[in-house]
Amino acid sequence: MNIRSPRRSMIVTGLALASIASLAACAGGGAPAASGGGEDAGSFSGTDPETFTVLTANENPTLEAQLDALAADQCKAENEALPLVHEKTAQADTVQKVTLLASQDALPAHFIAGTAMVRPDGDLGVAELVLDYEEFLTEAGAWDNILPAASSTVNNVYGQMVSLPYQYNLEGIWYNKAAFAEAGLEEPQTFDELTAASEKLAAAGYQPFAQAGSQGWPLTRLMGMYIFRNVGPEAMTDIRDGNAKLTDPEYVAGAQALQDMAEEGFFGDGFNSVEPDAATAAFLTGKAAMKYDGTWLLSNINDEEQNQIGAENVGFMPFPAVDGGAGTIDQWPANAGTAMAANPKLAGPKVADWFSCIAENYGQQALQDAGVLSGFKVNGEVTDVPETTAFVQDKISEISETVLWFEALLDAKSNSLASTNVTLLTTGQMTPEQYMADLQASVEANG
Amino acid sequence: MNRVYGDRKTILILLIPPLAIYVLLKVVPVLWSLGLSFFQGNTLRGFEFVGFDNFTTFATDGAALQSLWVTIGFALIATVSQVTFGYLLALLYVFVLRKGSAFVRTAVFFPMVLPTVAVALLFRSFVAVGDNQGPVNDVINFFGGSSVEFMASTAGTMATAIVMTLWSSMGFYAVLLYTGLLDIPDEIIESARLDGAGGLRLVRNIIVPLSAPILLSSIIFSLNSTLKVFDSLLALNGGGPGTSTSPLTLYMYRTAFEYAEYGYGSTIALVLTLLCLVFTLTVFRSSSKRVED
Repeated sequence: MNIRSPRRSMIVTGLALASIASLAACAGGGAPAASGGGEDAGSFSGTDPETFTVLTANENPTLEAQLDALAADQCKAENEALPLVHEKTAQADTVQKVTLLASQDALPAHFIAGTAMVRPDGDLGVAELVLDYEEFLTEAGAWDNILPAASSTVNNVYGQMVSLPYQYNLEGIWYNKAAFAEAGLEEPQTFDELTAASEKLAAAGYQPFAQAGSQGWPLTRLMGMYIFRNVGPEAMTDIRDGNAKLTDPEYVAGAQALQDMAEEGFFGDGFNSVEPDAATAAFLTGKAAMKYDGTWLLSNINDEEQNQIGAENVGFMPFPAVDGGAGTIDQWPANAGTAMAANPKLAGPKVADWFSCIAENYGQQALQDAGVLSGFKVNGEVTDVPETTAFVQDKISEISETVLWFEALLDAKSNSLASTNVTLLTTGQMTPEQYMADLQASVEANG
Repeated sequence: MNRVYGDRKTILILLIPPLAIYVLLKVVPVLWSLGLSFFQGNTLRGFEFVGFDNFTTFATDGAALQSLWVTIGFALIATVSQVTFGYLLALLYVFVLRKGSAFVRTAVFFPMVLPTVAVALLFRSFVAVGDNQGPVNDVINFFGGSSVEFMASTAGTMATAIVMTLWSSMGFYAVLLYTGLLDIPDEIIESARLDGAGGLRLVRNIIVPLSAPILLSSIIFSLNSTLKVFDSLLALNGGGPGTSTSPLTLYMYRTAFEYAEYGYGSTIALVLTLLCLVFTLTVFRSSSKRVED
């Protein structure tokens, strides 16, 4: 017989109430982290830390290597005053790690961050935990070292100058000049010409495009560029601002174009499982004639072991125009790499010296040492610049207007959905209308 | 010694430390997560009490409901297959291989010790298409068929995931059920044989009823582990294509850690816990009814 003791019931009830009360208190009490002194960001009112700690992604060893090189040479004095220390995280864990650090008031001086986090309405932006580099570097007298095109791109993507442009990338179509010559082709100027060229290249035994479908974005970029050429450079800002919908016919046409390319077999066998390295290898060994990618591919192109078609056979062209479209071939998609923000609370004079030194020297250092094109001015002579890198440099200097990429302004959930659903689109399991309808619904629900 | 163990104070002194650790490490986090499911936000943005909003959101969230069905479907198919094959293997060990089963037992159990992510990558390479094509498509091509990109379709990914789960875990269930079968007294089996029972009849009328308790435990183990499947599906195809093979655990992970929505993530975790509870109780109730019958 189970007899319930009134005393035991009281104890249990009391414990339960205490647990709920403490949970409610703990959970509800987590107010936003204290302001990072946003009003003062730009002055050196922050307090210098004991080390200049930089949190970067495991996937980006270049940045760590170049900062180390600066610390040993051009920024030696800054490094002695405030030693450089590296912390690493997996890129996929960035949001989790930075959220945790910020909530514990433990953000390092310089850190990688998620795109949405550093926007004015993002978690770090709202909490004023990101430094405005323009204000800060202007005060430090080093702002002139940031290329205007790069700062414009950072402002377009993040809504404020909260990332240093360690990279400055254009995106376009890399192509094999020898394969084009063999098939009697010139650089296509329109999408129809691109399609016709792909057919000719396929007939000549080349896989027209090498795209790493396993990542999603190499495919959505093609769709996005079709949309930018068709709708114009405001295509995605119109979506963000609610002036257009992804279900509008001119946007659906982009998804249709991508699906058609896939159905024509332009991406080769099993492209949805192809990893980035395999796609790059397919292009650089001459199996594939084209690859839509960013100028970060230069490091692979400049590597003689990887590049078996020869640097002289690598061409770079913009995504072609779409007949009747409002966009033009001169509008290149550009980005400035992953967000690298700074903690305003730790932006003291020594940190300012570090950032000034980076701004002044990184451009030359990275170009000379790693062939990386950054958004910093190249102060000083760089010798033996590879042919393709010099060509891209020239292109960058000619560009007057840039556009973003398809997912740039989407929220994190919609961004992920755009990439993951593209397999269903390219294999015909999802119609272009369904793909865009799902994405639009996500934008409306999470935007 | 009996005096010591009979003393309530001694019992309390011995029990309190492990109990305190258990409460701190198990009960508090569970209650904490339960509490969080009534809030919205994260540790940086802060938390806002939203009552049952997260639960109503879950009920209308297409992606969450899809994940729920993926979880249930995967758990049911994987449980039925791994317990069935495990049981067949156990019968093989006991009645065919007998004492010579040690090598086969070890060989079948071996995949269990491999890391799940490594197994997923292995199976991914088995079904690869293109230049470095895997053996599965080589066989299909050998018989005149065209290569199939398994990872590009929901059915292909799910089939690969089920085969992978079966390959890596049926050895465990085989060993578990084997120990249960060893507990059946030889006399009973001999008597049944003398009474004319043999083959399927012996298994159906004698072996299965006598090994029911261990079968029940296996089903509960299997359901609870497959309902919480995470790493293998993530490593196999990232929950894709699209989100069609994304279980609740993966959706919970992405919600909490990629989108920094801890409150809604906790709600999904709670739904998963309730799901495990419902399945376990259902299995228990159905088995107890059978016993009463």
